[in-house]
This record gives sequence, C-alpha cells and structure tokens, in this order.
Amino acid sequence: MNPFSSGTRLRDMIRAIRACKTAAEERAVVRKECAAIRDSINANDHDYRHRNLAKLMFIHMLGYPTHFGQMECLKLIASPGFPEKRIGYLGLMLLLDERQEVLMLVTNSVKQDLNHTNQYIVGLALCALGNICSAEMARDLAPEVERLLQFRDPNIRKKAALCSIRIIKKVPDLAENFINPATSLLREKHHGVLIAGVQLCADLCKTSTEALEHIRKKCTDGLVRTLKDLANSPYSPEYDIAGITDPFLHIRLLKLLRVLGEGDADASDSMNDILAQVATKTESNKVAGNAILYECVQTIMSIEDNGGLRVLAINILGRFLSNRDNNIRYVALNMLMRAVTADAQAVQRHRATILECVKDSDASIRKRALELVYVLVNETNVKPLAKELIDYLEVSDPDFRGDLTEKICSIVAKFSPEKIWYIDQMLKVLSEAGNFVKDEVWYALIVVISNASELHGYTVRALYRAFQTSAEQETLVRVTVWCIGEYGDMLVNNVGMLDIEDPITVTESDAVDVIEIAIKRHASDLTTKAMALVALLKLSSRFPSCSERIREIVVQFKGNLVLELQQRAIEFNSVIAKHQNIRSTLVERMPVLDEATFVGRRAGSLPGTASTPTVPSVSIPNGVVKPVAPLVDLLDLSSDDVPAPSSSGGDLLQDLLGVDMSGASQQSGTGQASKSGKDVLLDLLSIGSPSAPSSSSTVDILSSNTSNKAPASPLDDLSSLSLSSRETSNAAPMMDLLDSFSPSPPTENNGPVYPSVTAFESSSLKLTFNFSKQPGNPQTTSIQATFTNLSPNTYTDFVFQAAVPKFLQLHLDPASNNTLPGNGSITQTLRVTNNQHGKKSLVMRIRIAYKINGKDALEEGQISNFPRDL
Amino acid sequence: MIRAVLVLNTQGKPRLSKFYEYQPVEKQQQLIRNVFAVLCSRPEHVSNFVDAESFFGPDARLVYKHFATLYFVFIFDSSENELAMLDLIQVLVETMDKCFRNVCELDVVFNYSKIHTILDEIIFGGQVLETSSTEVLKAIEEISKCSLSPLVFNMVLLFCIIMVNKKALRSGKLVTRDFSLSIKAQPFFYADEMI
Repeated sequence: MNPFSSGTRLRDMIRAIRACKTAAEERAVVRKECAAIRDSINANDHDYRHRNLAKLMFIHMLGYPTHFGQMECLKLIASPGFPEKRIGYLGLMLLLDERQEVLMLVTNSVKQDLNHTNQYIVGLALCALGNICSAEMARDLAPEVERLLQFRDPNIRKKAALCSIRIIKKVPDLAENFINPATSLLREKHHGVLIAGVQLCADLCKTSTEALEHIRKKCTDGLVRTLKDLANSPYSPEYDIAGITDPFLHIRLLKLLRVLGEGDADASDSMNDILAQVATKTESNKVAGNAILYECVQTIMSIEDNGGLRVLAINILGRFLSNRDNNIRYVALNMLMRAVTADAQAVQRHRATILECVKDSDASIRKRALELVYVLVNETNVKPLAKELIDYLEVSDPDFRGDLTEKICSIVAKFSPEKIWYIDQMLKVLSEAGNFVKDEVWYALIVVISNASELHGYTVRALYRAFQTSAEQETLVRVTVWCIGEYGDMLVNNVGMLDIEDPITVTESDAVDVIEIAIKRHASDLTTKAMALVALLKLSSRFPSCSERIREIVVQFKGNLVLELQQRAIEFNSVIAKHQNIRSTLVERMPVLDEATFVGRRAGSLPGTASTPTVPSVSIPNGVVKPVAPLVDLLDLSSDDVPAPSSSGGDLLQDLLGVDMSGASQQSGTGQASKSGKDVLLDLLSIGSPSAPSSSSTVDILSSNTSNKAPASPLDDLSSLSLSSRETSNAAPMMDLLDSFSPSPPTENNGPVYPSVTAFESSSLKLTFNFSKQPGNPQTTSIQATFTNLSPNTYTDFVFQAAVPKFLQLHLDPASNNTLPGNGSITQTLRVTNNQHGKKSLVMRIRIAYKINGKDALEEGQISNFPRDL
Repeated sequence: MIRAVLVLNTQGKPRLSKFYEYQPVEKQQQLIRNVFAVLCSRPEHVSNFVDAESFFGPDARLVYKHFATLYFVFIFDSSENELAMLDLIQVLVETMDKCFRNVCELDVVFNYSKIHTILDEIIFGGQVLETSSTEVLKAIEEISKCSLSPLVFNMVLLFCIIMVNKKALRSGKLVTRDFSLSIKAQPFFYADEMI
C-alpha cells in the first residue's frame, strides 16, 4: 500500500470542499469524489477501501447520500487489520442503522470480533453493537456480551455493560440473564465501570420488575455505602471536576437510588441519611456541585415522603433561584414546576424570588418563571402578583409581551375578587399591551362591563382617559368605542361617580371626537371601524346636538371600498336622516349580556384555562373576515342587536317590530306595507353579515342553547313571517323606504324555506332535518340535524355517519355533543352540495352508532323524503 | 439517554454529528439547521439550555456550549441531568484539547474520524461511558498504537533512528529516551495522516 499514490487523500478532499465558495461548487466536488469512490468500489480496490470510507463519512456528515458505501463497511470489518476494522466499524455506526437488511450480514463478523484476542478489536465490536444493534443481533450476541461483563480489562467491562443496556432495551426478555452480572458490577472499584454498572442496573429496573425487586432487596444498602464513601472520599484527581469528586458517579448513584426508593418506604428510609448528607455537605458554588444537588433534590422529591427532606430540597431550589448562573436558575425553575404538585406551600415561600426571575434577561428563564407564577397564583395572592406582572408589562421585551399578556389576562379573569378590580386590571393591560390581547379576552371584558351596571359610568370614564394616552392599542380602542356607544351619556353627565374617581368634564363632542379618531385612524381594522360606525349611530340618538356632525362622518363611509362598511354607512345614514321616530328605540342600550352563557360557551370551546385557541374565522365573499361560531353572537350584538343569545333578545325584537309597525304604517298606510316594512327592518337588522346567514346562525345558536325546542324559536317564526309577507307585498314601498339602498334588492336576502322532515324514527331515537340555503348558491343546502332521544337512557359515544351518491358532496360538522342524555337532544350540521341541482333530489343513507349502558347499538336507514329542489 | 451530539461552527456548518437514535439523512440535516437557527439567535450570557421539544420531539432537552468558532450541542432526554451534561461537554472539549494541544476548528475538520473515536470513548450508544479525560486519553493512545499499521510503524521507526543517529553523531552519544518520547507523543497523528 502506497499512501501517496493516485486518488486524492482525505485531507485534500476536505481542503477542496472547504475551498468551495458556493453550495453548487461544493456539490460538484462531492459529486466528483463520489464518482471516483464508486469506480474504486466497482474495481474492488483493497488498498483504498478505508480511505474511501473515511471520505464517505465526511460526505455523509455534509448531508449527501452515501448508501453505496454500506457494503464497503462490511468488507472492511471482515478484514484482519485493526486500522481497517476501526474505519469499518466507524462507517457501520454512521452510515448504517438497525433498520437495514445489510446489518444481518455483519452479525457473524461482529461475533468473531467479540471473541478476538485483541481487546481493542473487542472494544470496537462492542461499541458498534451498542450503537446499532437490532433485536435479532441482540438475541444472537447476548451470550458474548454477557461473558464480556467479566472481562479482565475494565475498558471492555464498561463497554459491555453499556452494550447490555442496548440489548435489554431491544429484547426485554433477556433482562433476567443480566441481573446477576450487573449486580456484581456494583462492587467495582473502577469509577468508569461502576458508572456503567449503575446505569445498567437502572435500566434493568426500568425494563423488569423482577430485576427491580432483586436489586432493591440486595443492593440498596451497598449503593448507599458506595455513595457515602464517594461523598466522603478524599480528593482523587482523575475523576475530579472543579474540586468535586466524580459528580457523574454521584449523579448516577442518586438516579438509581431514586428508582429503588420510588414506591418503597423501606428502601426510601434506608437512603434518607445519605441524601440529607449529600444535600447539606455538597459545595454549591460550582456547576458540578450544583449538578449533584439538583439530582439529589430530584431524588428526594421522588422517593417516599419525608417532610423534612422535602423542605430541605425546596430550600435548595430556592437558593438556586438567586444564583448568578443562568443555568442553575433554569433547572431550579424546571424542578420547582414539578415540586409544586408535591408541596405547593413550600414553593409559595419562594414566590418573590420566582417573580424576580420573570424579569430575567434570559428568555427561556422568563418563560419558565412565568409558567411557575401562573401555577402559584391563588385568590389570596392574586392582587400583588398581578400588580407586579402588569408593572413589568411596561418594560418587558416585545417578544415576551404576548405570553405575558395572555397569562395576566388569564390570572385576572380566574381569580379576580371583584368586578371593579377586574375592570381596572384589564384596562391597564389593554392600554399597555392591547395589541397582544386575544379576541376572547376583550369579548369577556365587554360581557363583564355590561353586567356591572353600577360601574358603567366609572368604566366608560376610565376608558375615555385611557384612550387619550394609548390610542394605538387596537383592543383598547374597540372596547372604548363599544362602551362610549353604549354608555356615552354617562360619560358626559358623570353618572354613577365613585368616590375614588377624579371628576372630569367631557362634552358631547369630545365623546364623538373619540369615535371619529378611532374610525379615521389608518391602523384601525375593519372590526374596529364597523364598531365605531355602530357607536356613532347610537350616539346620534343619545346626543341629538351632534346628530348632524355624526351624519357627516357616516356619510364619508358611503363610498368605502369595503362592502361591510359601505352598507352600514348607507343604512345608518338613512336611519339618522329619515327615521327620527324609531331611532331612539332602535339604538336602545343593549340588554345585559348573559354572563353564564358566555362563560359556558367559552369553557366549552376552551378546554384548558391556560390555552387560548384562536377563533376560527371564515371569509365572506367580499373580503370581510368575521370571527364565527362561539362568539358570533357577541359581535353581532355589539354591532346590530339582532341575534341576542338570551330570551330577552326575542322581546327586544318584538319591541322593535312594534315600533316599526307604527312607523311604517304611518308612511304607507296599508296593512300590506306594514308587513313589508317589518321585512325591511329585519333585513336592516341583519346587516352585520351582508348575506343571509346571520339569521340562520341565530337559529343555530338558539337551538343549541334551548336544546329541545329548536324549531320553535321566536326568530324562526319571524323569518317565516317575513317570508310570507314578502310573497304578498310589492317592492315599491320598500324601495321607497330605503331609497339609497339600491345595489341588492333585499328580496334575495332570505332563501326559500323548506319544511323540516323527520328523517328517521325508531322506538328509541328520532332524527329531524331542518334545511336552509345560502342565497346565490342554490346547490348547497345546510341541514341542521336534531337527534332526539326518545328513551330515558343516556346514549354515550354517539356517532352519526351518512353516505350520499356520487352527484352529492357531503360535509359533516362535529355534533354538539357525543353524549345524548335521556329524552334530550343534540344537533349536528351537515352541508350537502348537489352537483345535479334541479335534476335529482337528495338521498342519503345513514348509520347511527351509540352505546346504551356500555352496550353497542346501531341504527341504519335510508332517507329519501327530502323536499324536492334541494 | 443522549440522543445526539452535534458540533457546528458559527456559520452553521456541521463539524461533527452523531445521532444515537435513527434519523434519515435529510432529517439529520434539517435538525442541524433547526439547532443552528436557535443557537445563533441566542444572545450572550444567557442559559445554556434550550427547549428542543419543537424539533426533537417530546422530552428532548438541548444543552450547548460555545467555544471560539464552535458550538458543542448535546441533545438528550429527561433521564439525564442537565447540569451534568454541561460538564460532559466540558469533558469532551478538554479531552480534545489534550489530544490536539489547543484544539481549533481545523483540527476537528481534518481529524474527523479521530474525533469520532474520542466521542465513542466518552459516549457509548447514548450512554455516558467515561467521564475522566485522562482515562479517555489513555484509551485513545492505546487505540492509536494499534492503528499504526506495521509499514507506517517501520517508517516512523526508521525516521526516528536516523534522527537519533544524526544527533548521536553530532553529540557523540546515543540518546534513547528521545526516541521513545517522539513515538509516544505523536502516534495518533501519524495514524490518519496516511489515509
């Protein structure tokens, strides 16, 4: 073998690759090298085999494919010399893995090498086996490894011990063969072997309970003695790290003791003394010492309860928290997080230090600390903690604000002792970090404000003040706009003044100024602007003196490019200009939002209090994006009064209609026209969503709330009433009524109504379908399926499946619940698209599976009684 | 157990990568990129721990240390002590330092397989094998002695004898100690030189 012959050396190849300026150049070099290596492999060149493989390993690290070199590894391993074998095994570990078939071919070579006279070759084989051994290899080679556990050389013994770990992980059945040799390793004096032996025992305990029992009975005392010797041992330079004798062995021993002590009082008892000794005697000014302390704390927290030791452990963690080293603080926080479940009281004592860590300069420490604070908050300490956090919000990192805001909101909402405190804190958060506040949070705030009737005046004044300083915070602007719209008169008249407030003078035009700023701000998004428009409409009735100014602002939006705003502006303009008599009633203060409904719905949609999933949103064709589902009603409420979630919504509508009836009849004077007026108003009120679904979604919400009597909801009646009226009325009075309302004739707004059908009925279950269609999309039918339980038994694991022929497309939304209580009902929405609309009518095959008292039940059927034209 | 050991330079080039759990090559590269993206965005004087769960799956922790132009990164699971892993990085670097006398990035690049041999003496199949750098060094020396193939060994011997003879001629006496020293101090470096 002449090392200086043809072909580049490894060193030259690395140099060539390093000299590459671009990725393309590098690829070219690698491609050339790979080609040369392939040639060499094909020529079966013995001399360069290990050089080729060394190159391939380098190429592999850079991320290029090297599978063609796998067979070369096997050939090198089979060759007699040590250098070849060394490269061969190295290649085997890097280029191959346990999943490859090729690996089977190597078993025999490895077996021979395990029995080799040269202990370094044995070491290589063990090393490779420990890294890539598969289950088959483990079975074949376990006896060899077991024998090597008693090898004379300590290097081989420790490698064999670690290799055994791999083997028992791959084939747990083999664990019992290793119990005896493993326990004998625990009596070793050589540190390296001892570490490996302790590790092997710990893994044996994990895989087999038999081993755990055996080791617990036979070895606990021995291990305690070993640890004691180690802790008291004089300075031994070899295994010393920064003056601490072998921290790794300390840690391994403590870990094994933890496994042995868990769930066994006797074993825990026997190790108490040594744990206390380690916890108190270990120096804590070095990383190595802290590593031991940390492990010791973990062991103390896991073994059977000993109150005194636990307090000691948590105090150690408390000390860690004030350590200057970031790493120590980090692990302490991690550990405290786990300790909180065991002993919250002891952790509470370190609250102040933890709170300091929230302000740490290190992001990962901040995050940990914040999570910990969140867990520590309770009713008694929420006030000071929230204050600290909110104060910190001002100076915090922008990256961190999102997390921090979310946690503060969650804490404040969960533990607030009184409403005024809640509102105060939320206002502070909104003015500091309003842009980070999630939608649900400010919805919730509005609900609370609406419920706190004695605080309306106070809140609107506080918001007005906050707006003057922090008008750039989107959510603050929204809440302010909503509150001024609702309670603007209280702002101006200083109604409901509290003792703690400073009196302020706000004129009517100041209030309108706020809304004007909000609506004209470039950064304001669609929702804010739409809310501001509604607020203006409301103010126009509350402040008659500003009515003309408001109208001017509204008129500016008549030409807005966004359909939503344009439509609102046009409609509101005509309300302000032409319908003085109904306006004040139309824009009456909103009924109190039902807190329980909102909270209940939020709890339903948010599984954990800490997590706040994003609100699903749909985009409506004209680009308006609105949050849907659980919160749609709130948004609609804030904007246009129609779909009130509580029963009062119905009353309000009745009121509105009553007023409207008189107003319209004055104008047209005929009964027919009055009906059509009602219709128009209905359309007017559903402006929140330009196309009809507003009313259908209301039906959804109402029916899911009042479960049983879905079809009987008042709104449904209303819409059918309006429908029948449309058939009789002519379009003229309507156009007259809202002449600026030209682009889309309102007749399109409500689709035809189909009778609901009983799709399926058995002795125990009834299924009814209600149909609705999106206007402009006649092919798609939205079906609301209501399942009614006719028996007193509760059905669990309720699953509804449906199948349709090819010309139909079916989309199933999740059901409102998967448990159907006795005599109760649940709903589920289906959407069917009929590709042959008008030619074929719907058919559907259904299957309903559920469990009665744990017994499976299945109902099947075909539905062909759909109304025609669906 | 330790899941992976990575050495990256400050440009994100892998200098050493060893995965103790199977990962396909593309995934390995992606993980290296992810790790680098996290590391290079971390400021100085922050903790050496990073949340690795987002790219290494549940229960993964990452400890790194920054030396000159290299990041040394260990990824491991909850069965290992974080602080001890930090010390283990120290052991690895110390060992390399003793092996190469002031180790630098170039040593790692050009002595790729040697670094792997060192690593295999410290971490074995994801478990800690040896924590004393002197012990590791001893083992490495033994291995490198074996690595000297007879031919190379003869060449070195010849070379040394010539040197010794020259010296002896000049000074008038034969110094045998020098001869043994020169082999003992350097054998590891001859081994791969010839590949």
